[in-house]
Amino acid sequence: MIRTQELSKHFRGDGSPIKAVDGLNLEVSEGEVFGFLGPNGAGKTTTVRLLTCLIAPTSGRAWVNNLEVGRADQQIRAQVGILTESPGLYERLSARRNLEFFAELYGVKDASGQAEKYLRLLGLWDRRESEANTLSKGMKQKLAIARALLHEPPVLFLDEPTSALDPEAAKTVRDFIETLRGQGRTIFLCTHNLDEAERLCDRIAVFRQRLIAVDTPEALRRQLFGRQTVVQLARLDDQFAETLRQFPFVKHVDSVRGDGESGKLVISLDDPPAQNPGIVQTLVDHGAQIQFVNELRHSLEDIYLSLIHNGDAGQGGGQ
Amino acid sequence: MNQVSTVIRKEWEDARRNKTVLSVVIIVPLVMTALPVAMLFIMGRVPVAAQDLEEMGRMLSNPIFAGMNPIEAMQSSIASFMMILFLMMPLMVPVTIAAYSIVGEKVSRSLEPLLAAPITTTRLLVAKGLAAAIPGIVMAWICYALFLISARFLSASDRVFAFFVDPMWLIAMFVLSPLLTVLAVNVGIIVSSRTSDPRSAEQLGSLVVLPLLVLLFGPMVGLIMLNSTTFWICSVVVALIDVGLIYLGVALFQRETILTRWK
Repeated sequence: MIRTQELSKHFRGDGSPIKAVDGLNLEVSEGEVFGFLGPNGAGKTTTVRLLTCLIAPTSGRAWVNNLEVGRADQQIRAQVGILTESPGLYERLSARRNLEFFAELYGVKDASGQAEKYLRLLGLWDRRESEANTLSKGMKQKLAIARALLHEPPVLFLDEPTSALDPEAAKTVRDFIETLRGQGRTIFLCTHNLDEAERLCDRIAVFRQRLIAVDTPEALRRQLFGRQTVVQLARLDDQFAETLRQFPFVKHVDSVRGDGESGKLVISLDDPPAQNPGIVQTLVDHGAQIQFVNELRHSLEDIYLSLIHNGDAGQGGGQ
Repeated sequence: MNQVSTVIRKEWEDARRNKTVLSVVIIVPLVMTALPVAMLFIMGRVPVAAQDLEEMGRMLSNPIFAGMNPIEAMQSSIASFMMILFLMMPLMVPVTIAAYSIVGEKVSRSLEPLLAAPITTTRLLVAKGLAAAIPGIVMAWICYALFLISARFLSASDRVFAFFVDPMWLIAMFVLSPLLTVLAVNVGIIVSSRTSDPRSAEQLGSLVVLPLLVLLFGPMVGLIMLNSTTFWICSVVVALIDVGLIYLGVALFQRETILTRWK
């Protein structure tokens, strides 16, 4: 559905050119919700602008819905919906007129009907005649999302859809994206909100001018940190770790002291569901008093920070 | 064509709610119309000095004032200079609208979703241009009509009135005026794609009025004579400039430049 091949965009800088996007290779499948993560200035918005034919690539190629960027720009524009960084509404026009205008521009047959459909769907019907400048930030963002959907595009680009929104408004927008996910649309989601990315996205890409890593959050977690079991003990004894290191399938064991005698063992394993029972049995046999056994799940934030800080740690992985 | 009319309707709806634009579109032309009407009215009633009558006598020798008495010749002569005001109207209105319709969209960040829509640059510019030009032209014609009605009933004789609807005036209002409007719109669009503030765009765009000063001061210093031929020549020159500016406008209106220059 979306494919890029060594896609690059360089801007003229004061001295040397500024590489906003450098050799991006990406493939997003139909119906996939794809998270595009990266720090400020990483080139996420530039990538979205390239893929929506707002700017032209310096080199490389890209396809959206099997149409090539630079060769079928008008057709691509007609088949994608875009939520830009700021809502960019016509502030003096009413919510309804804002939508009707874009519906007509995209050639939607029943522009008024389609505007009504999305105003109702996003809970804005009661404010349909309000000028956009009187709407709250959350309402404006919802209106901008509605605008992106009016022509029922199969591909949707959402650039920071919940930034600058209060938690309640952000939740409404997130819930709405969840419903879009169920409609089979391909969604390219640029976000800083890692929680949001983990909840909504099938796969994520971590990007800073170049693609650092791309995969499912779970696969990236395994690639970076492996699978780890945490055994919480009432009394931590150094011999427990030593005993576990005898097992060939145990890759690594860390002892972490807690309050008093308590502590925990962090054990890296290949297949925790199959290997945990043996681990627990051995510890019990050696007199360990086990309080809890959990799988250690690193947050997406850990994954993101690790990838960003290590630069190319996951380069090419999972592609 | 649907997209063009859609954009035009939106532009007008937006402009109607913009007090700055609305005041320029309505108030300025009305004031500019009131000025020549007031002059005609006053000139018809204020006693004229002997020295001025002598000057008027010389004026009568100009064939365009044939058959007029000195007062009528003076009224026609002064009103001819005021005609420049009618030519300025369709310049000022579109420049203001164009400045807000393009740079204004840049500032409010609404231009990016618009540029992401499947509308070609040419159609977008045609729509923006027409949305800016039509009110200017229509307003100029309305004001000309108001001027004629006022002149007919308040101040001017049949001979003076006939002078205001002679070919020179008609060429100015119905040929040169629309061509100047196209010029103003194109200048507005070009300036818009190079600036980031509506007021700067408006001020820079207003410079398009300057060439008209040749028509105002030229006759005074004997450089040119105001007659049909002069206006035909001006129309041809402006038409040629328009063609060049249309190409330049489309070439300079680069979506990428406009988007990436937003700071």
